[in-house]
Amino acid sequence: MITLAHFIVLGAVLFCIAVAGLFINRKNVIVLLMSLELILLAVNTNFVAFSRYLGDVSGQVFVFFILTVAAAEAAIGLAILVLLFRTRSTINIADIDSMKG
Amino acid sequence: MDTELFQLICFYGFAAVTVASALAVITLKNTVHAVLALVLTFFSAACLWMLADAEFLALALIVVYVGAVMVLFLFVVMMLDIDVEKLREGFVKFLPIGLLVAVIMLVEMLGVIGVRAMHAQLVGGDPALAAGVSNTEWLGYALYTRYLLPFEIAALILTVGVVAAVALTLRERHDTRYENANRQVRVDPRQRLRMVKMDADHGNESTASEEPRT
Repeated sequence: MITLAHFIVLGAVLFCIAVAGLFINRKNVIVLLMSLELILLAVNTNFVAFSRYLGDVSGQVFVFFILTVAAAEAAIGLAILVLLFRTRSTINIADIDSMKG
Repeated sequence: MDTELFQLICFYGFAAVTVASALAVITLKNTVHAVLALVLTFFSAACLWMLADAEFLALALIVVYVGAVMVLFLFVVMMLDIDVEKLREGFVKFLPIGLLVAVIMLVEMLGVIGVRAMHAQLVGGDPALAAGVSNTEWLGYALYTRYLLPFEIAALILTVGVVAAVALTLRERHDTRYENANRQVRVDPRQRLRMVKMDADHGNESTASEEPRT
């Protein structure tokens, strides 16, 4: 029998893999964006599991909204990436330091 | 075979594929391969959502994510000419701290989840079926009644996203040649053709120099 814990543990594992990906791929913006997508997927898995567990539709509605925002974020992020590559010819984060933050 | 046991086997299979491909996403050297691994992750996650009776969202994940967002990623990755070796610098350097943070976070999360959730069975069957409707109907009813305003705001966000993405990447090129149909139609013969009178004797000397055509 699948329990709630199965899904939450899977979500936690996915989340931690994505956070590790953020750490070890900190130069490649594309992999960073993909790690963000993985984080959102982990959160969505938790939402779906709790929606099923509580029998409440709100969880699935929120997954719907997260998917929407994530799609918009990916589109704008990739547009910025293309713009960045066009002007700087690199997507290495270490080279993108013109704002001296 | 027992249905519940079969579900459990399916869950472990899909979960193993999801975790393995997620690991591949963050470790693969070739970015194109990483994107393809992410596609596999989303696909098996959609299978897991289907096990949790979220059929509409599972299919939306495949259609929207695998079909649109991941293809967008593939386009961008293939379009950019990236020096992968340079971007891999520091991979080994940051590997221990990345693993450390991930493992600590995982242990903490498992501690929070605790043993109580282990006994929280997903009982009662599909909540949508219990309400007497399909999953899509169940979700759609909530979306168009209680969550109508957020739903419309989500549509607005997508519109803003489209406009922003186009506005960011649009560029006017000044060095391209393009046809101006208006000027082509309104052209006058005198702009194109010039009659030159020349003597038969010394031809080449008196010819008019080539004038640039407009």
